[in-house]
Amino acid sequence: MSIVETPASGVPAGTPPEFPQDLRDKIADMVAHEHHARGAAIEAMRLTQKRFGWLCDAHMREIAKLCSMSMADLDGIATFFNLLFRKPVGENVVMLCDSVSCWLMGEEKVRARFCEKLGIKRGQTTPDGKVTFLPIVCLGHCDHAPAMLVNEELYGNVDTETVDRVIDQMKNGSVRGES
Amino acid sequence: MDEAERRPLTAMIDRAAGPPDCAAYERMGGFRGVRRALSGMSPGDVIEEVTKSKLRGRGGAGFGTGPKWSFVPKDPASQRRKYLVANGDEMEPGTFKDRLLVEGNPLQLVEGMIISAFAIQASFGVIFLRGEYHRGLECLENAVLEARERGWLGENILGSGFNFDIHVHPSAGRYICGEETALLTALEGRRANPRSKPPFPQVGGLWGAPTVVNNIETFCNIPHIIANGADWYLGLSACADGGTKLYGVSGRAKRPGTWELPLGVTLGEIMDRAGGMQDGYKLRAFLPGGASTAFLGAEHENIVMDYGTVEKAGSRLGTGLAILLDDRTCPVGMIRNLEHFFAQESCGWCTPCRDGLPWVERLLNAIDEGEGEQEDMDRLADHVRLLGPMGRTFCAHAPGAIAPLASGLALFREDFEAHIRERRCTYQDAA
Repeated sequence: MSIVETPASGVPAGTPPEFPQDLRDKIADMVAHEHHARGAAIEAMRLTQKRFGWLCDAHMREIAKLCSMSMADLDGIATFFNLLFRKPVGENVVMLCDSVSCWLMGEEKVRARFCEKLGIKRGQTTPDGKVTFLPIVCLGHCDHAPAMLVNEELYGNVDTETVDRVIDQMKNGSVRGES
Repeated sequence: MDEAERRPLTAMIDRAAGPPDCAAYERMGGFRGVRRALSGMSPGDVIEEVTKSKLRGRGGAGFGTGPKWSFVPKDPASQRRKYLVANGDEMEPGTFKDRLLVEGNPLQLVEGMIISAFAIQASFGVIFLRGEYHRGLECLENAVLEARERGWLGENILGSGFNFDIHVHPSAGRYICGEETALLTALEGRRANPRSKPPFPQVGGLWGAPTVVNNIETFCNIPHIIANGADWYLGLSACADGGTKLYGVSGRAKRPGTWELPLGVTLGEIMDRAGGMQDGYKLRAFLPGGASTAFLGAEHENIVMDYGTVEKAGSRLGTGLAILLDDRTCPVGMIRNLEHFFAQESCGWCTPCRDGLPWVERLLNAIDEGEGEQEDMDRLADHVRLLGPMGRTFCAHAPGAIAPLASGLALFREDFEAHIRERRCTYQDAA
């Protein structure tokens, strides 16, 4: 189930960048090491998304070809998983845990602060394309709840002050973890 | 026994220093188990030692690890393709133990997997890791790379003629991947729907080949069992099952955390580590081992946290990390949060789970927001009955999902009734 609800208004649609040769080689190599080609599909999508932020149709078609699958088959997998984005996301992706331990420790307040400061709801991207705000399930950081991921950095004991600081950092282009 | 020996799984973990490399790991006593297994023990000997240790799976179901392995066809690795899979899809809300093991001492997992693979004669290993564990992925990939460079992985390990290598697979994220057959389906590049059993994975698992799936914490026990023997391992625990356990608490404790303690300590002893409840909060109830275990009331605050005792009390030990409900938090809201998670994470394969859990979520939303009707209580009870016992749905997702609801309806009946009667959340002023 995709958790990105709406396309990012700030992200230009345009023509997707060409599928790079090094990525094509890497995926072909992964496929060669699998018992069946499709075994590489999920990691191929993760790898592509890591490079481009999301999975556009053109790239999906390339991956499907490399994994000897139909585009529909591959899309069926992409739309099943939480962490694969079939819509563009912002420069930064904030994932705030909304599972039980974080909820018990004040996640709703943190969530409200994000929504208020960013002017968006969960699942949306700011108009300037800087930040996509998403819910995520338990991050295994429950002893430091509430927890969140900002891009790949884990944050614990998040409060409204953390939210303000992180938003400032994202607007200025440098995000560092403090888990 | 000194302090380090009493907590073998975490003794080498130093969060500030980062995970040990091969040399440091060996200096601290690592690789003794794999040396012993590969020089002198037969695969059958290893399975027997693990069976004698009474190690039970640490992922939640608590199945005996030795017995699980014994169902795998005995053909040598050279003659049959077999797989060993580490389940590191730690996604049970309130569970934070595998991340510690993976980030703290990844080589311990690697060593445990080499020994286990030798026992079942598997040549292919996979570590299935939460996609959100970016630091854990880096630690594991480094550990696997270094172990391969130093000959701990690859061909002819320790000159034994046994070949084994590990691939690390970061998940794309769904709770159902923690279910072992769904995990295998995901590894095959498909939507992670569970499969029907039989065939069990030990006979027909990944790509149809014999496969064993064990939790990460389970594997981390193996080097110590083989290095020190089953009797030593049994002596670590405070109950009939062997070993230590990573216990923990989250919620309004003074110092939430996870600690390696003898299997079978009481919740009271765990709470002592956590410094008790925060000032101004009392323990009302708790989920003993993750979101899919039934609530136990505060009268069980000194319960023995072993598999048998928790089951007798009406819940499950699960992952062993308890979630605390305090007296100032709305139990209806908490159950609403839990069922939202389970409804979202249902894979959608079977109708009762796909349609039943969102229905439960909508009913709880209504009650929590002051729009509930008395009949909603009957609807909730219907769902408990229809989704509850194992066997009405395709896998264990729905029965797990319904456990906190079923127990919550009994324990917090008055709170549900008050929400419906007063048409509001009765905790809102307190919060």
